[in-house]
Amino acid sequence: MIAYVIRRLIAAVLLIFVVSAVTFLIFFGVPRLGGASAEDLASRYVGKTAGEEQIKLAAERLGFTDPLWEQYGRFAKGLVAGADFDTGTEVDHCPAPCFGYSFITQNPVLPDLLDRLPVTVSLAAGAAILWLFGGVATGVLSALKRGSIFDRAAMGVALAGVSLPIFFTGLLALSIFSYTLEWTPPGGTNPVEQDNPWDWAAALILPWITLALLYAAQYARLTRAGMLETMGEDFIRTARAKGLPERRVVVKHGLRSALTPILTIFGLDLGLLLGGAILTETTFSLPGIGQYAVIAITNQDLPKVLGVTLVGATFIILANLIVDLLYAVVDPRVRTA
Amino acid sequence: MTDQEDIYVEPDTGLPSDAEPPVSGTFLDVRDLYVHFPTDDGVVKSVDGLSFQLDRGATLGIVGESGSGKSVTSLSIMGLHKAGTAQISGEILLNGQNLVGMGRESVRRLRGKDMAMIFQDPLSSMHPYYTVGDQIIEAYRIHHDVSKSVARKHAIDMLDRVGIPNPKSRVDDYPHQFSGGMRQRAMIAMALSCDPELLIADEPTTALDVTVQAQILDLIRDLQQEFNSAVIIITHDLGVVAELADDILVMYAGRAVEYGRADEIFNEPQHPYTWGLLGSMPRLDRERTERLQPIPGTPPSLINVPDGCPFHPRCAYHELNEGRSQTERPVLRDIGGGHQIACHLSAEHRLRLWNDEIKPKL
Repeated sequence: MIAYVIRRLIAAVLLIFVVSAVTFLIFFGVPRLGGASAEDLASRYVGKTAGEEQIKLAAERLGFTDPLWEQYGRFAKGLVAGADFDTGTEVDHCPAPCFGYSFITQNPVLPDLLDRLPVTVSLAAGAAILWLFGGVATGVLSALKRGSIFDRAAMGVALAGVSLPIFFTGLLALSIFSYTLEWTPPGGTNPVEQDNPWDWAAALILPWITLALLYAAQYARLTRAGMLETMGEDFIRTARAKGLPERRVVVKHGLRSALTPILTIFGLDLGLLLGGAILTETTFSLPGIGQYAVIAITNQDLPKVLGVTLVGATFIILANLIVDLLYAVVDPRVRTA
Repeated sequence: MTDQEDIYVEPDTGLPSDAEPPVSGTFLDVRDLYVHFPTDDGVVKSVDGLSFQLDRGATLGIVGESGSGKSVTSLSIMGLHKAGTAQISGEILLNGQNLVGMGRESVRRLRGKDMAMIFQDPLSSMHPYYTVGDQIIEAYRIHHDVSKSVARKHAIDMLDRVGIPNPKSRVDDYPHQFSGGMRQRAMIAMALSCDPELLIADEPTTALDVTVQAQILDLIRDLQQEFNSAVIIITHDLGVVAELADDILVMYAGRAVEYGRADEIFNEPQHPYTWGLLGSMPRLDRERTERLQPIPGTPPSLINVPDGCPFHPRCAYHELNEGRSQTERPVLRDIGGGHQIACHLSAEHRLRLWNDEIKPKL
């Protein structure tokens, strides 16, 4: 088991480097193939108003004139060991893992990203708890009362939930609860560290519910399908034949099996969201990683985009790893394999 | 018959009584059982008027093709049909208590304790996420208020009793770590953990290797003698019940077509369907040049059961009855010594056919 964990960890690190190479190639190599010169890239740092000489100097100093693999080598080294940037007058040290500096703000990318992480984590974690319990509970009840009015209503709402985009449900929620009823602040956040946790929760309650609705709908449908399948299994009949009370049959024997695939999807969904919930953050003006990504993309701020992509990929790879390890805990058949 | 039985009826408290039940007398008495499933296509008459009796310590073999109503009968006895899907009428008297119409909660309390069941495929019948021991412990603790460690000791004892080597360590194994035969042994241990008076084995050896089948059947027989429980073995394989069963009930289209003592059914079968079942059984003592004699056709739809004798479209002898087979459903009648058949053929015809045509080919 320990050997397996170590093997998976090494594989995860390698995968992160593959992702970094591919994204680096896409963001710094593809524009060059498309005809952009080293000077074009450099001009994004120093600004178009600078003289041609200055731009040329900047391109050289930033290394845009070097071959692509050398540039990536420097970037990878920055990830592992940190990097020193010579601004001409002084040397800036960017500690590992170094994602480089923003074209626009000239700030190092990673600290900016980390500043925004708490918002995204609060959003994702709160929504995840809501949708996991809400979705699974609805799915189980629907499966047990298959064909009932509750089942039909729940599945109807779930279908709507899956189909309606965040910017629709989100804006609708804002218009009703923030602007008409004035129950919640209209977007923005309050930092977690502040004295009154209620303010923090009040600012996030609408984004939580909106995001959770989307996922809860999917989870309800998945849980329902999984429960229906599981409750038809032979081992459920055995559990009943033993004389177990129905509640125990459902929870201990049925739900336990039906939840295993849900666990996989939950890990991946959560990993994906930690890399930024772009639509939700934009709709509710939450200064999280998703919003950061949108700003980076609109400004064509390549180091930022690269940073967001790598952080997102890392979360997904980690989530995947954790799910695989949890699987072995949940399903004994995986353990011996 | 009913008067005599009334003496044994105990007050129905809904709970298993502590008083020692009568040692002799009919233990399980199924009377005129109907199990119908209404569907969009029509009513599926899975069991359509079935009666049989079973004593303590005796074994009944229920034989028939797929879809003849064998498993549906056993699930009705266990009360395992989903509420609302099956329409059950008739009587299932277990120890004098009628299980039909008894509250679901009362039947649940009997399940596992007074009656237990083992199933065809032991791998899919055990929960893959719990150890074999946990599953046996669970079965025991549902009906016995004991600590986990006591129940665990009992589970190890049971595994030992069904012939699992090293039960002290195997008790913590998961079902997938057992072989097929071991799994069925563990299932039997689980079923017998509460010392049930009735054990129903639904095709207990069908999913097993041939070499293991005999071991499992021997085990069931040994345990039955040890526990003095009543056993119902459901199978499509006459070979399985040949040595085990005291009585045999041959089912077709939801009804009994032949019912009697096992030796009589094997030595002097009287119903053409039973002849067919015997003829389609591979035997080592048969000449290699002789072919198996499969029953032509397929079992009938239980929604549209053929008029008259449901077996007549597949029966080679239905023309001997002047059209009665097509129009009149034969009732189960006694042809002497408790041997019952549902067939219009006259005694002379049956005797002649059996001696001239059927027996020489078996």
